[in-house]
Amino acid sequence: MNDGYAVRAEGLEKRYGEKRALDGFDLAVREGTVHGLLGPNGAGKTTAVRILSTLIRLDGGRATVAGLDVTRRAREVRARIGLTGQYAAVDEVLTGRQNLEMFGRLFHLGGERAKARAVELLERFDLADAADKGVGGYSGGMRRRLDLAASMILAPAVLFLDEPTTGLDPRSRGEVWDSVRALVADGTTVLLTTQYLEEADKLASRITVIDQGRAIADDSPDGLKNLVGGDRIEVVVAERSDIPRAVKVVARVAEGEPESDDTELRVHAPVTDRVAALTEVARTLQDEGVRVEDLGLRRPSLDDVFLRLTGHRTEKEAAA
Amino acid sequence: MSAAQLTAPAEHGRTYWMLADCWNIVRRGLTHYRRQPVNIAWQLGFPILSVLLYGYVFGSAMTVPGGGDYKDFLMPGMFVMTMAFGFINTATVVVYDSTKGVIDRFRSMPMASSAVVAGRGVTDLVVACAELAIMMLTALAMGWRPDGGWGFLAAFGLLLWLRFALIWIGVWLGLLVPNPEAAGGLFAVAFPLTMISSIFVAPQLMPDWLGWVAAWNPISSTAAAARDLFGTPVGGGDSWVEQHALLMAGVWPLVLTAVFLPLAVRRFQKLSR
Repeated sequence: MNDGYAVRAEGLEKRYGEKRALDGFDLAVREGTVHGLLGPNGAGKTTAVRILSTLIRLDGGRATVAGLDVTRRAREVRARIGLTGQYAAVDEVLTGRQNLEMFGRLFHLGGERAKARAVELLERFDLADAADKGVGGYSGGMRRRLDLAASMILAPAVLFLDEPTTGLDPRSRGEVWDSVRALVADGTTVLLTTQYLEEADKLASRITVIDQGRAIADDSPDGLKNLVGGDRIEVVVAERSDIPRAVKVVARVAEGEPESDDTELRVHAPVTDRVAALTEVARTLQDEGVRVEDLGLRRPSLDDVFLRLTGHRTEKEAAA
Repeated sequence: MSAAQLTAPAEHGRTYWMLADCWNIVRRGLTHYRRQPVNIAWQLGFPILSVLLYGYVFGSAMTVPGGGDYKDFLMPGMFVMTMAFGFINTATVVVYDSTKGVIDRFRSMPMASSAVVAGRGVTDLVVACAELAIMMLTALAMGWRPDGGWGFLAAFGLLLWLRFALIWIGVWLGLLVPNPEAAGGLFAVAFPLTMISSIFVAPQLMPDWLGWVAAWNPISSTAAAARDLFGTPVGGGDSWVEQHALLMAGVWPLVLTAVFLPLAVRRFQKLSR
């Protein structure tokens, strides 16, 4: 029925007045995987998730979730999905336990089972100690874990995580990642939107890059990195005046024109024969008496991928 | 129990679940008050303070046209004001839920989405009953002596009927304003709207044009009708709308509901655009 795909979208369109939030967006998410949806602010990530989770109607194209059409069978879709938004959509006044019991009853489990499920999830998301405290007093990480627990009440087939770690400190981010990995081990399919390239790289086995409402790439993280080109050799020199000399040395082994960065004192270029290039550059720089701070081979990061594909960096990078 | 047993939804009909969902939303609203009882105190603070101020501070200086005790005039007015300000509470909760993503979570669940709004309404009516009870006990302690019996119950019912109509204005505004801070500003709008009415002062004592506006203020009709039904008919005017207070106390909330219920529902449906 859904031929191994938990989520399928074909030619999704969504317009807000003149603006096309989605403009022929395609997506295919394999069952039991974490699929990253990566793009800058305003690229259409959140719009795509809101359509797939039945919160807003699509203007064109079609989409199925767990094999069910999101427009015609919205109610059945809702019984099979979990959603964790950018804002922790839990009740701040109630306690963690009261939240999960309420959502359990609203998922139609009935009172007794809603209670039992709450206990189980509080335990699993490491919230048992804070179960009877008001959510208003929870830390950001605890709140996000409670939000995840609430999306897991029905053990959904598909879980939508819309920027689940935005605004969290590194430790809380790690906690959320651990929870996501545990869910996937239990067979849940996860569609993860994020601005953090590191997050997509760590969690997702496949990544769709979205820009201006369209999917502009769809591959494994490694596949995307290869798209940009293979390894690069990178030299960081101690003195700015040494940069031209370093460029000349690197150019001898490089596949293309070396790029240099005057503020970071960095020279880098793509190479094919990695080890030969590295030894050659190290030897020549030493012979010429150039003081080297750092020298190494670097695989391209998803940042590089993003820059190459969209012509601009992610918002986070641009701001930095 | 296994995970599968725990997570298989129970089997019931659609109507059953609509009512059950609604009740669960009501339960949530009431749990909020149980966890933050101080909120009830805040909501009642202003009306009770007004009763004390107007009853004791201005009371001796206030006159009621045609004679009669100012307390008998003021108390039903205070009950109406408590109901009238209720729409701010409705709006505040709705704007909070919609901006924080709680409504989105509800809408992404297989529950009846109408229960989100209906549950809010029922919660507000239950809370309104509690507020009226507390206000009436305060009034009795200050020497207010209404007739008991059916008239009393009918007055109580008309007050709730007004509150019911204002729920929809509250939901509509709650979905309209961009953030909880803006909802706080609604008080500045509500305050003059309740003052220009027959709550504190009889419209005959105001300048002509203002008196006319005050007499036609929907909440004036409920106040006048309540004074009648409590057996303390004081300060009624001669205009058509004042002579037909009982009728208009039934009609006004009906009109408000007819206008704002569809607007609120449309606003709610607009969330999926």
